[in-house]
Amino acid sequence: MMASSYSAKDEDGHITVTGPGGAALRSKKPENTAFKQQRLPAWQPILTAGTVLPAFFIIGLIFIPIGIGLFVTSNNIREFEIDYTGVDESSPCFNCSQNFSWNSTQPCTCSIPFSLEQSYENNVFMYYGLSNFYQNHRRYVKSRDDSQLNGHLGSLKPSKECEPYAKHENKPIAPCGAIANSMFNDTLELFYNDPNGTKILIPLRATGIAWWTDKHVKFGNPGDGLNLTAEFQGTTKPVNWRKPVYELDSDPLNNGFINEDFIVWMRTAALPTFRKLYRIISRKDNMVPTLLRGNYTLEVVYNYPVRSFEGRKRMILSTISWMGGKNPFLGIAYITVGSVCFFLGVVLLLIHHKYGNRNNSADISN
Amino acid sequence: MERLHWVRHRCRTLLAGNPEGGWHSAPDDLPNKSFLDAHCSLHRVRGKRRSVFARHGPHRQEYDTFSKSYKGNAIRTTKYRLLTFIPMNLFQQFHRAANLYFLFLALLNWVPAVEAFQKEITMIPLLVVLAVIAIKDALEDYRRYLFDRKVNNNVARVFCGKQKAYNDQCWKDVRVGDFVRLSCNEIIPADMLLLYSSDPRGVCYIETANLDGETNLKQRQVVSDLPLQGEEFTPESFPSRIECENPNNDLSRFRGYMEHPSGVRVGLHNSNLLLRSCTIRNTETVVGIVVYAGHETKAMMNNSGPRYKRSQLEKRLNTDILWCVVLLIIMCLTSAVGHGLWLKNLKDPVFGVNTDTSPALAGFYVFWTMIIVLQVLIPISLYVSIEIVKLGQIYFIHNDLDLYNEQLDSRIQCRALNITEDLGQIQYLFSDKTGTLTENKMVFCRCSIYGVEYPHVENARRLEVYEAEKNKAADHSVTLRSGCSAKSRSCRSLSCNRSSVSLHTLTADSEEEDEQLSNQIQARTSAFCSRMAKEVVPDPELVRKLNWFSSPLKEASSGTPSSLELAYITDFFLALTICNSVVVSSPSQPRHVVPEARTPLKSLEEIKLMFQRFSFPPFSALSTFSPPQIRGSPRNFTSRLFTRGKTGSFSPTANNATDGSEPGRDNDMDTPKLRCILDFSAPGEGGNVAQVEDDIKKDDIKDAKTSPDGPRQEVEVDSDSDVDDELLYEAESPDEAALVHAARAYRCTLRGRSPESLLVDLPGIGSLAVQLLHILPFDSNRKRMSVVVRHPLTGQVVVYTKGADSVIMDLAETSKGAEQAQEFHSHIKDQSQKHLDSYAREGLRTLCIAKKALEEEEYEAWLKRHLLAESSIENREELLLDSAQRLETNLTLLGTTGIVDRLQEDVPETIEALQRAGIKVWVLTGDKQETAINIAYACKLLRPNDRLLTANCGSKDACAAFLKELKLEVQCGQDGLTEAPAAGAHGESSSGSVSSFILVIDGQTLDWALQEELKRDFLELSSRCKAVLCCRSTPLQKSEVVRLIRDQLGVMTLAVGDGANDVSMIQMADVGIGISGQEGMQAVMSSDFAISRFKHLSKLLLVHGHWCYSRLANMILYFFYKNVMYVNLLFWYQFVCGFSGSVMTNSWVLILFNLIFTSVPPLIYGILDQDMPAETLKGVPELYQAAQTSKIYVPHMFWITVLDAFYQSLVCFFIPYFALTGSDVGILSFGSPINASALFIILLHQVLESHTLTWIHGLVLLLSGGSYFGFVLLFSVSCVTCSPPTNPLGVETLQMSQPLFYIICAVTTFTALLPRMLFRAVYSTVHRTAALKSSHVEKVESENYRKRMQRWNLSHYRVNRLPVCADNPGLEPSTASVVS
Repeated sequence: MMASSYSAKDEDGHITVTGPGGAALRSKKPENTAFKQQRLPAWQPILTAGTVLPAFFIIGLIFIPIGIGLFVTSNNIREFEIDYTGVDESSPCFNCSQNFSWNSTQPCTCSIPFSLEQSYENNVFMYYGLSNFYQNHRRYVKSRDDSQLNGHLGSLKPSKECEPYAKHENKPIAPCGAIANSMFNDTLELFYNDPNGTKILIPLRATGIAWWTDKHVKFGNPGDGLNLTAEFQGTTKPVNWRKPVYELDSDPLNNGFINEDFIVWMRTAALPTFRKLYRIISRKDNMVPTLLRGNYTLEVVYNYPVRSFEGRKRMILSTISWMGGKNPFLGIAYITVGSVCFFLGVVLLLIHHKYGNRNNSADISN
Repeated sequence: MERLHWVRHRCRTLLAGNPEGGWHSAPDDLPNKSFLDAHCSLHRVRGKRRSVFARHGPHRQEYDTFSKSYKGNAIRTTKYRLLTFIPMNLFQQFHRAANLYFLFLALLNWVPAVEAFQKEITMIPLLVVLAVIAIKDALEDYRRYLFDRKVNNNVARVFCGKQKAYNDQCWKDVRVGDFVRLSCNEIIPADMLLLYSSDPRGVCYIETANLDGETNLKQRQVVSDLPLQGEEFTPESFPSRIECENPNNDLSRFRGYMEHPSGVRVGLHNSNLLLRSCTIRNTETVVGIVVYAGHETKAMMNNSGPRYKRSQLEKRLNTDILWCVVLLIIMCLTSAVGHGLWLKNLKDPVFGVNTDTSPALAGFYVFWTMIIVLQVLIPISLYVSIEIVKLGQIYFIHNDLDLYNEQLDSRIQCRALNITEDLGQIQYLFSDKTGTLTENKMVFCRCSIYGVEYPHVENARRLEVYEAEKNKAADHSVTLRSGCSAKSRSCRSLSCNRSSVSLHTLTADSEEEDEQLSNQIQARTSAFCSRMAKEVVPDPELVRKLNWFSSPLKEASSGTPSSLELAYITDFFLALTICNSVVVSSPSQPRHVVPEARTPLKSLEEIKLMFQRFSFPPFSALSTFSPPQIRGSPRNFTSRLFTRGKTGSFSPTANNATDGSEPGRDNDMDTPKLRCILDFSAPGEGGNVAQVEDDIKKDDIKDAKTSPDGPRQEVEVDSDSDVDDELLYEAESPDEAALVHAARAYRCTLRGRSPESLLVDLPGIGSLAVQLLHILPFDSNRKRMSVVVRHPLTGQVVVYTKGADSVIMDLAETSKGAEQAQEFHSHIKDQSQKHLDSYAREGLRTLCIAKKALEEEEYEAWLKRHLLAESSIENREELLLDSAQRLETNLTLLGTTGIVDRLQEDVPETIEALQRAGIKVWVLTGDKQETAINIAYACKLLRPNDRLLTANCGSKDACAAFLKELKLEVQCGQDGLTEAPAAGAHGESSSGSVSSFILVIDGQTLDWALQEELKRDFLELSSRCKAVLCCRSTPLQKSEVVRLIRDQLGVMTLAVGDGANDVSMIQMADVGIGISGQEGMQAVMSSDFAISRFKHLSKLLLVHGHWCYSRLANMILYFFYKNVMYVNLLFWYQFVCGFSGSVMTNSWVLILFNLIFTSVPPLIYGILDQDMPAETLKGVPELYQAAQTSKIYVPHMFWITVLDAFYQSLVCFFIPYFALTGSDVGILSFGSPINASALFIILLHQVLESHTLTWIHGLVLLLSGGSYFGFVLLFSVSCVTCSPPTNPLGVETLQMSQPLFYIICAVTTFTALLPRMLFRAVYSTVHRTAALKSSHVEKVESENYRKRMQRWNLSHYRVNRLPVCADNPGLEPSTASVVS
């Protein structure tokens, strides 16, 4: 197609009406430019043992310290995890997990004692973890209405994506969709068992756990957000929920769609085993560790059923570092790759020694 | 696209064959009833004929009923109209499989159960592709529209009924039935029937360069028996009806008749038709009636789309794409089964959405979902990319300075767009000889007359000097060229004056082409005016003999040639001078030219003025005769000589006196008549002229009609020698020009030509007008041409024949004269044959010149039948052929000529390079065996230590036996010589010290060898030979050979040729290359690439072919890699999302990743990458073969690439997976480092794979990476609710603010690329040794080789002169010193 301009005769066989002299005046000589003659100055990355091996050594030298750094950082992170699903009969939550029903009005509570071996110095992040929970299922992920969550209740008609959690009893559900419907609704409370026998409730901060962008841009309550009950008039709560969305929290800045627990839940996890930030235990002052070493009790209002699909529920307490939570993998990976590089560098050195020299000598002899 | 275009065109042509626009009258009705019947049959579609009436003639009514319904002359080559563009274009685009695939995916996504992405997103690839192609189509169409408009608005003078005059009208307003008047150099607006020509004979000349590239003029004839000739034509009273066939695309056929009111029918044929887009030449005014207009013209119906060829690589590619499909299906099946199982084990989850569907059904849905998700695995965009890459490659090939020919100002033409990489895979090369290996610039070299050889030693020396000179100083050729171009420019100005008589190659070769390339007029003329061709140094001996003519004083001196020999010599040169169709013009003083009596330069008045100024008698006054001044004694002597010769031949005593006689020629001569005619040729006796003219009238009615205007006698031309130099001969075939130049060197000069006579200078005689009676033009069956003239000196009717030696020798029969005469003749014949053989051995092209004198009665008898043949409508050609053959018998052999056709520059080097590159070179030529062998020597196809196997068999059985024998011999020879005979000549060719076999086979044997039974033997034999020479082969055989090799051996073939006889071969081969040389356009038109010199092949194949192949192969592999790598990331994710078809990326990013972020680098890679520098590739041709055998693109490479992609995707997925598992990472946050690493890996992988990196690469890579990050950042900032189910807001900004992201990307990228890097490093270290070593060795060896070749060159002439026996199968290795 383009080449028609290259060929002397038009592709359509069009006649050329120009006179015989016209075309001959301009030479058809191609321009002698480096580009057109394919003589652009070029770097030829010919990888040989000689050129690659310094790179390998350098990368090895860089990776191994990074790996060690990462590993140490990861090891310095304090992390405690406790499974409270109640699978075993011995587990305190066994009963709650057994007779579960979405409609039960009587909350089932259980308390799990645990002890921390070390004290937690900095801010402690309290997570709930779920296993075998496929928040990344295709249909599940889609089942939400961003426009609704942004505050546009829009003629009370949730998006079709929310089906079959869009309407209940002919009323639109707010918030609609499977994600919202399956929101985690256990309540976790942490008590410090003072050695003197008193249980001290540890204050948990419920705000600041969601992304700033989500809380302030993505999610929004309909209207001015002052009278949520009125704004949500005409909608119904999700089927599995015990209370409507406007009663999630008493704080009007953490209620409705901008409830941070809700926001956190709505950011679907990538993997079937995941944790989500539940609360933050802020450090009060520099002198006292956030969580002292000792015994604690986790009080759980057991609402969320996971036994049916063989899921697990966990509570995690963790400090974080600049690289996030505890994960030794990256450190190990860096150290391994760095070592492999080093090793390969040595191998390449040998190869280079063997072939490179012979090569040169061959050149000379020729 | 091309294919579509082509199909569309085909449809159009087919449709055009339908009678939709043509209504037809009943053809078989009685004439007087036909008008009436025409009305009746108006609605009867006959499908064969159309009737045309004059638009402003007396039959207005009929015109309205018939011609109105024919198409107008407006043309529209656009595919679309403004309104219908979108639907039409979409319709066309959905013919492509790729688009249908996209459409299928887009539609699939609309099924709710299957839906993977938002509905809009899967439309994006489709829309992008459609939009890109639509824009391209629209631009193309607009270009066509502009062109159409320009053409349609051209102005022609059309007769207007109201004003009764010719008015200017646009082409588009011309209608069938219009009368159009055209002047010289105007372009014909529609197919018209020629009704009037200002030429008194009713002919006009057209140049069809616009149509087929031929620049020779074609004669067209006014419809015969029109009573209107002479005075100006009156269109309003044109009463006749024209019946002709329906529009068709056959350029060479037109049938119909014109019916006058009287009921007389006059046949119409092709020579009455003026074709659209041709140019009127040489004729002042013509008037025609339009019969076909617009799209119904033959020119428009012959438009054909561009060629579409499918390359080998593409075929391979398709199988790999099938593998990709298999892979896709496996992956989708895995997902489907996985999902089914997962769902089955799942009980009542909180997160379940549609848990009520059965696992099997859900699995089925997931299968389709996965097909949508993994769609990029099928690299449909690869097809578009390949197209773009090939365009880029062609752009660079087209712009290569090395493939540009300074002399012709022509670049390479790439006519086929999609087989560039096939250039890098050629294994067999089939070459024509003349014009391809050689210059096709003929230079007269030597001749033999009367059995006496004139070796032209000086001339040979001159040729050598010239060559040396040419090699020495490059700028010399520049000055030469500038001188020539000045001349050619003035030639151009004379183009209106060029003669139309078709010229033909007359050689031993069976090359029948006479086409000329329009844009090469300049080149051609410069070729002919090159000093070398013109300045023939005469042989002193021959000059002496000729001079004896003009110097009567030396009559008695010793060494006097016999008068018979003198007569032979004179006749010989006369024949050289006149037996051709060369046109003479004089560039510097155009008015000095006398050539075309009937063709006015501009107008008759000017001509008259001109001749008066030069004291020439005007043509009208020619018949009144002006006495020429002829130097007394020589002329008198000449007539005496001829008289004596003749009388001598009668008397037996004279027979004894001279040592031979000329019985066939002269013994029936009627003496009184001879006298009379001789007297006529003598000056001052005007009375006789009339008498002779009377005779002629009796002889030739046609000629007599126009005789008053013809110059029928000697015109004294001021024979100053400087005038000579300004004569310019334009011949269509170079050998004709060479012969005329040669004759001129002996002062036998062709001064001019008119249809009835030729103006000739003879030494010592002065100018003579030779009355030209007939030209029997060259054709490939007869392999000769003849002129029938009235001999200027004797007045006899003489036939001069010039033709291939084999033919002429057979025709030159010994007459039934006296025994002595017979002996004498056979002596001459034997001598001449000897000389011919020696010429052929030197690689000269040989021609024989013969003559025959006719008695008047004999001539008249022949003439009668000839006229009959000429006037017959049916099988005219056969009758004319017959007639010519009847005349060309019993010829007297005058002599032979040897013309040298020099090799093109660098041909031996090119062939050597190609052979070293492992390409088997075959030469297929129509030439004689000896000539072919010698050219093969000259171009080093044959080495002195090669063994020649010659196959000339008389019968099929002999052929079979012989082939077997040769096979055995070759087998033995090879077993003895090499350990691995299968390796054949490949390895040996470079070492040069081992002899290899060359098969020489002639046309007839080839015929047998190509038959079914012997095919295998022939193949086996030829595949063991280093080279094969096929001589005396016909065009059909050439293509048969190519087909045999291509199909049976399954190899990639390339055919290169320059003439029409190579067309079939060029079309048959995988890659057809046309050489736009001396022989016109046909080869070029049918070729895939058109180059101007043979030497360009080496760069085209060794460099561009290699590059294109490796680039494309690498790009395709990279494309597969890229897709597999990226798609696998999504696949791995299925293992952690329950095979639900979920993706960890925003679907926009997912779609655009392939479409935008990583789409340009592969293109740049495919267009610009150079795996080796051009100099290396050229210097070490073995690399070409190495690339072929190592094969970048072979199945295992595909699988290695796929495996590497699997590895990389594993790394790229699982490092982030393990780094993030268990954390609070969201889907998109998880995908973010994976995507970024994938991008880095994919881009850096390309850097590793690239052999060269320029700033363009850098820029493109940067832009690709930048565009990705730009897009995702923008998306994560601005997309609040834009991409509903996914939630990209803030993801990337957050991710990129965290060090973890970079830590993950770094380790992932590096680990993924590690194996390939390592492999490359180790491979190139270990292999570089081998490669470098070999290339060093090669370099050294080729140095040695070059030295050896130089030494060999010195001894070459010696070798060359050695007699080559055709039946000697082995040529002895005669240069032992070379071998050492």
